Amino acid sequence: MWSYFARRLLIGVPTLFAVVLFCFFLMRLAPGGPFDGEAPVPPEVLANLRARYHLDDPLWQQFFSYLGNLLRGDFGPSFKYKDFTVTELIAQGLPVSIENGLSALFIAILIGLPLGITAALSQNTARDYAVSGLSMIGIVIPTFVTGQILILAFGVWLRCTPFQLPAGGWNDGAFANRILPVTVLALPFIAYIARISRASMIEALRANFVRTARAKGLPYRTVILRHALKTALMPVVTFLGPATAFILTGSMVVETIFQIPGIGRYFVQGALNRDYTLVMGVTIVGAAFVIIANIIVDMIYGVLDPKVRYE
Amino acid sequence: MALLDIQNLTVKFATQDGEVSAVSDVSLHVNKGECLGIVGESGSGKSQTFMAAMGLLAGNGKASGSVRFGDTELLTANERTLNTIRGNKLAMVFQDPMTSLTPHMRVGRQLTEVLQRHRGLDNAAARAAAIAMLARVQVPEPERRFQMYPHELSGGLRQRVVLAMGLLCGPELVIADEPTTALDVTVQALVLELIRELKDTQGTSFVLITHDLGVVAGLADRVAVMYAGRIVESGTVDEIFAAPKHPYTKGLLACTPRLDDPPTVLLETIPGQPPNLQNLPTGCSFHPRCVSAFEPCPVKRPLLVPAGNTLNACFLNHMQAAS
Ligand SMILES: Nc1ncnc2c1ncn2[C@@H]1O[C@H](COP(=O)(O)OP(=O)(O)OP(=O)(O)O)[C@@H](O)[C@H]1O
Ligand SMILES: [Mg+2]
Repeated sequence: MWSYFARRLLIGVPTLFAVVLFCFFLMRLAPGGPFDGEAPVPPEVLANLRARYHLDDPLWQQFFSYLGNLLRGDFGPSFKYKDFTVTELIAQGLPVSIENGLSALFIAILIGLPLGITAALSQNTARDYAVSGLSMIGIVIPTFVTGQILILAFGVWLRCTPFQLPAGGWNDGAFANRILPVTVLALPFIAYIARISRASMIEALRANFVRTARAKGLPYRTVILRHALKTALMPVVTFLGPATAFILTGSMVVETIFQIPGIGRYFVQGALNRDYTLVMGVTIVGAAFVIIANIIVDMIYGVLDPKVRYE
Repeated sequence: MALLDIQNLTVKFATQDGEVSAVSDVSLHVNKGECLGIVGESGSGKSQTFMAAMGLLAGNGKASGSVRFGDTELLTANERTLNTIRGNKLAMVFQDPMTSLTPHMRVGRQLTEVLQRHRGLDNAAARAAAIAMLARVQVPEPERRFQMYPHELSGGLRQRVVLAMGLLCGPELVIADEPTTALDVTVQALVLELIRELKDTQGTSFVLITHDLGVVAGLADRVAVMYAGRIVESGTVDEIFAAPKHPYTKGLLACTPRLDDPPTVLLETIPGQPPNLQNLPTGCSFHPRCVSAFEPCPVKRPLLVPAGNTLNACFLNHMQAAS
């Protein structure tokens, strides 16, 4: 089994390489460069800068030198944040994004799962319709809208009341500053998890083995918790894998709206500034997260379903 | 007094394209220590009759009529009452062993939980009892099988596990839905022998739902023949098999190959298809396929009434009985 996962990790290496390759050349295709800033730079300075960052070397040479550095764990210098390397920026931003992401994920599972499952257990009742309807809304409204609404509500309308919340900024991760962004981040995930778990629980309740469990005279609770639940959780886990990778590597929208110094915001800044190395760095970290998350999903499958064999 | 007494049971399913009458006005009873065979084509309502009795109909199904088990009316009983009876005094062994076991639980746990629920046994005692029961239903190496997950067992083994599950608490009545279809003949013979033994020594009653008329002939005391959700003929096995009166029963018996048939004999089949339960034929449901149909058959429905020593729903026999 462990050799299976070791192999999966190895297969991740070429995947990661493809991401690097694709991303590197795609970035260079985009018009503009890292030094066309607000204030025009004198041509001599620009030439100096380009030479220092090897931007005038042939592209393939730049690529291989980047790759070489990468193998040594060096993401290179940031073009825009001149005193920092990309590694340093990621080391600063990633913990912030992960903390927010984990909190949001935790909340989403804690709320979404019971909502979806109880809706399935009371199918076609008012409660079920409410959960289905609200989760639909939660899925279709984009985070930049919920973000703005919450900022408006808690930052503006409720100003000078006890419910006022900071509508942005990080303040070194003060609890009050986290509430709104984590909420905005969690809402669509609550909706997705509720929706998926409701559907899969309804499906599980129709299974023949659930009927067998009922025919044994087991109490309803036992039938649900012992026999139906594990099967119903499979699709939720499938969803949570990539979703976790996504949420942990920082939401660009949420971090931008709330001015949170996570790697999602660095990514947006990097893309706007053509900060090639920064964008590459964040993308590679994100891709690595996705690969690892999928492997973890596979491991959880093995726990939920004894039929899963790793070979 | 009958142990199980079903009166005028009707089961309807609501579906997108209308109401399906799976079971119509079925009355039957099972006495203590007796084995009732239920036969009929696929879709004739055999399983759903007893699903309804167990309170296990699918969400879109609705049952009316009366099902009494001992002193309890099952159709109106609440889940709590049902749960003290199901798996305990009244057990059902389901038709589809491949999907009837919980895939993520070891079979051992699925067996012991019944004993723990109804008998309050501790782990060790439940384990011993479950392994003993596996051995009784002819599961080889029961200790090893006890540790396995359902997907690690063959269809025949799963069928025996499902049967063991039904027998664990020593129920008064076991409803066995096709309990031996996936078994090879020698194991089948041993399992049927066990059923007979339980019947004779413990006084356990059985409902045996099957396509295999040979099994019914060997094991059942009485038999009910179902067609399109109704019982069309019922009586003792001896009488029905010796002298079937309903044309459908005659057809069914003629469909069964016999070992002493010369190899040149062609198997007979009943012409046509079972009817659409959403849109049953008028009169007798069987008349479009019946070789003996005459004037009243498409017009009126023949009631199930005594004809000789058996019950019978066919105008042909009603006339003979009258004349
Ligand atoms: N949930 C449901 N919704 C609609 N129709 C149903 C449902 N469950 C069963 N039926 C229908 O009820 C009818 C009777 O089914 P039943 O399972 O009792 O047949 P059966 O006699 O046991 O057949 P078989 O020998 O194949 O097991 C079938 O036509 C079936 O399609
Ligand atoms: Mg059936």
